[in-house]
Amino acid sequence: MVFHPQLSLQAHDLALARGGRRLAQGLSFTLKGGEALLVTGPNGAGKSTLLRVLAGLLAPASGALSLEGAGVEAPGLAAHYLGHAEALKGALTAQENLEFWSAMLKMGDPGLDPQAALVRVALSHAPDIPVSYLSAGQRRRVGIARLLVAPRPLWLLDEPTTALDAASQARLAALMKEHLALGGLIVAATHGDLGLPARELRLGAAP
Amino acid sequence: MRALAALFARELRLANRAGGGGAMGVVFFLILVTIVPFAIGPDLNLLARIGPAILWIAALLSTLLGLDRLFLSDHEDGSLDLLEMADTPLELVVLVKCLAHWAVTGLPLVLAAPLFGVMLAVEGDALWGVTASLAVGTPALTFIGAIGAALTVSLRRGGLLMAILVLPFTVPALIFGVSAASAASGGTVPFLTPFLILCALSLASMALAPFAAAAALRSGG
Repeated sequence: MVFHPQLSLQAHDLALARGGRRLAQGLSFTLKGGEALLVTGPNGAGKSTLLRVLAGLLAPASGALSLEGAGVEAPGLAAHYLGHAEALKGALTAQENLEFWSAMLKMGDPGLDPQAALVRVALSHAPDIPVSYLSAGQRRRVGIARLLVAPRPLWLLDEPTTALDAASQARLAALMKEHLALGGLIVAATHGDLGLPARELRLGAAP
Repeated sequence: MRALAALFARELRLANRAGGGGAMGVVFFLILVTIVPFAIGPDLNLLARIGPAILWIAALLSTLLGLDRLFLSDHEDGSLDLLEMADTPLELVVLVKCLAHWAVTGLPLVLAAPLFGVMLAVEGDALWGVTASLAVGTPALTFIGAIGAALTVSLRRGGLLMAILVLPFTVPALIFGVSAASAASGGTVPFLTPFLILCALSLASMALAPFAAAAALRSGG
């Protein structure tokens, strides 16, 4: 499966605000299929806010956003958002969580089945364990497996390597490269190095 | 459709797992109904007269008890963000979540009402009247409560505020529910008059609440 060749995410003169406070303005970028954008900057610079705006969870203070080639009205409807919380239910098993999100977020293309996705994040032994018994890093990996069970062209990753060990970080980098090779887009907020060839968008210090 | 079915199944599953609190409402209902005769005394005529009202108050309070978790747990673990990003309109997500919530908390109350009504010396026609009024009236409580739950979702201790916000709007359902139950055992008003108004309250809240709650959830960002 390959994403639409004309896929592109465009932000035009975007301004971000959180709680009435202006965080950043004049952000413009175009991201084409197969490209990744790293959002960097100090704490409070608006990295997470930018991702939430791209996901459609917050409205931008001004400016325009569009995602072409995905057949959706707003970028958020074709995006995966991996935030600080993994959106997993502790009482359900990893398999059940993934099955639910697969049904809820699928856009047409069948993705990996949950079992295969868990293999890709090295959790093949844990499908039947309630998620509340997993460690923080393992929960993160189940969260990453969610990106694979329901293919969506735009990945919005907020500090994706938090709590991951070195081997898991390498696996995540490999998964991101695969996603880009299929023509997908990635916007990641990070402090570290994700091991990806990517452009950088540096947000300024909080005023 | 498949997504909504998956959501419904997930809600039921969560309620029945450890810590889901599925049985909490009906246990609270039982507690309230059990202690009232002790407080009032063994006057069967009095109990039979106020029984339907007590059953309705107990149903209202036990519905409110679980409602603050309706969106809060999804908000806390980030699921709500993803539900907003799904293809399925958030209004339908809210509708399905409310229906599942009613199936888990409201329906057991309706099924338990004939049993618990006997403990309050409510018998015969009045017992079936109160059960029928709870069956058509408790969805109104759930859906009206969902608006309050959505409005208070980003507050840390929103449960109390939600109860204060929601209670005034549940009063019509309470009034017509109890009067339908009383009318079933005689009186001057025919049973169907308050019963049909109660049905209308449920249907109207079912139609309007998903829009209001979804709007509140979106702005909660």
